[in-house]
Amino acid sequence: MAYKERTDGRKFDGLRPMEAKVGVIPNADGSAIFKAGKTTAYAAVYGPRELYPRFLQNPKKGIIRCHYGMMPFSGSGERIRPGSSRRAQEISMVMNNALNPVIDLSAFPNAVVDIFIGLPQTDAGTRCAAITAASMALADAGIPMKDMISSVSVGQVDGLVVADLDYNEEAYDAIVSDVPVAMTHNSQEITLLQMDGEISKDDLVKSLKLAKDVLEKVYEVQKNALKAKYSQD
Amino acid sequence: MIVNKKTISQLAKVQKRLDGRALTDYRQPINVETNISWTAEGSAKVQIGDTVVLAGVKLSLEKPYNDTPNQGGIMINAELLPLSSSEYESGPPGIKAIELARVTDRGIREAKAIDMKKLCVTPGEKAWFVIIDIVTLNDAGNLFDAASLAALTALKSARFPVVDEKTGAINYKKKTDQSLPLLKEPLAVTIYKINGSLVVDPTAEEEKAHDARLTVASDSNGTISAMQKGGEVPLTIDEVEQICDLALEKAKFLREELNKALKN
Repeated sequence: MAYKERTDGRKFDGLRPMEAKVGVIPNADGSAIFKAGKTTAYAAVYGPRELYPRFLQNPKKGIIRCHYGMMPFSGSGERIRPGSSRRAQEISMVMNNALNPVIDLSAFPNAVVDIFIGLPQTDAGTRCAAITAASMALADAGIPMKDMISSVSVGQVDGLVVADLDYNEEAYDAIVSDVPVAMTHNSQEITLLQMDGEISKDDLVKSLKLAKDVLEKVYEVQKNALKAKYSQD
Repeated sequence: MIVNKKTISQLAKVQKRLDGRALTDYRQPINVETNISWTAEGSAKVQIGDTVVLAGVKLSLEKPYNDTPNQGGIMINAELLPLSSSEYESGPPGIKAIELARVTDRGIREAKAIDMKKLCVTPGEKAWFVIIDIVTLNDAGNLFDAASLAALTALKSARFPVVDEKTGAINYKKKTDQSLPLLKEPLAVTIYKINGSLVVDPTAEEEKAHDARLTVASDSNGTISAMQKGGEVPLTIDEVEQICDLALEKAKFLREELNKALKN
């Protein structure tokens, strides 16, 4: 095993420094900012509001719609052309699936709750930061939720199972795998699971267990941010 | 958004505003922050009251245009994100975003704020191109002034990335300490006419009640580099003169705020 020390000196289960705040976008019904190291995600929630075009409406319950977007200057290489890309559309779709299980919009038939994500700077783990921020923004907007969603990426870098990979680790010149995970807090179920790279089944299971453990820390940050706005004292 | 245009209009006539400000006062707080994005070569976050705008500068090496072989170039783009207001939708930029980008662009381009010749690396082959992206985080009115302040701040904070001497490839992860060749520092101030009164820094509600507006971009010497009239109501020459006086005075104010912020 060549990879003993992480490129930025963190422990194998160490997360990058996190920061979170809710209510950062006054126009939105709910909003949040979440930072993990040099990745920053803003989330804004608008709704429940009427859904157009009408054929998309569900008369039984309201729906959520995620819109993930990197700002043109947020990539570590060349400028990103504005507008939706295939990547952004796919991430929006998996975000929807990650958040939907905890959201109860049965009281809002035909309505939509829009969740917009904007990333001003990125250093890997953007979908995880986006989901973590979105979950806080939904809570801030008072959307009925059964549970909180927290998200982190785990994986394996040259044989070492690690949490919260940054770009340097994803690009490490060895066998690397990146596994973005989102989980519910109370029921500890997985609502987002993607993986690319190479990993053994044993390391995958080890990674998922690591994700479960470190997501407690992410949840604490989310909870404290919400408390900071809503607790009385 | 519920807007009582009539109330705003009636108040303006007697020199009053819904939020109690004087007609020519900016909202508080005014915050200017630099380096809010490590991935951009230069970046800024500007807050005026509840309006928050980000700007990021990306630099790239391109072939110069055929008619200016010894010059680089600039481009300014604006995105009115649906994240920033319930009135914006996803999709290609609408006329509001296009106007915002073009007016901000002209203020900087026509002032010759950037020494385009210094951006040239090899005439006819390679020159630096500066792209400024303006992104709204919360639109609570007066995007023109906020966007212009953010764009200038981002330009001032920009540093060239390291270029590999052998391959000519840009290493965006490493910055030099060399800043952009800025010759002038233009800032835009927009004055709104509501029911005969001239108003500075409108809220989103006040914007909806305006009859006419005039954006005036000027440098620190008071030289005007771009203007744009908006709204359907005409302006008299006298009004344009008054507006210019007011805009130049307010540009001075914004410049002081910018310098204060950059010192800290």
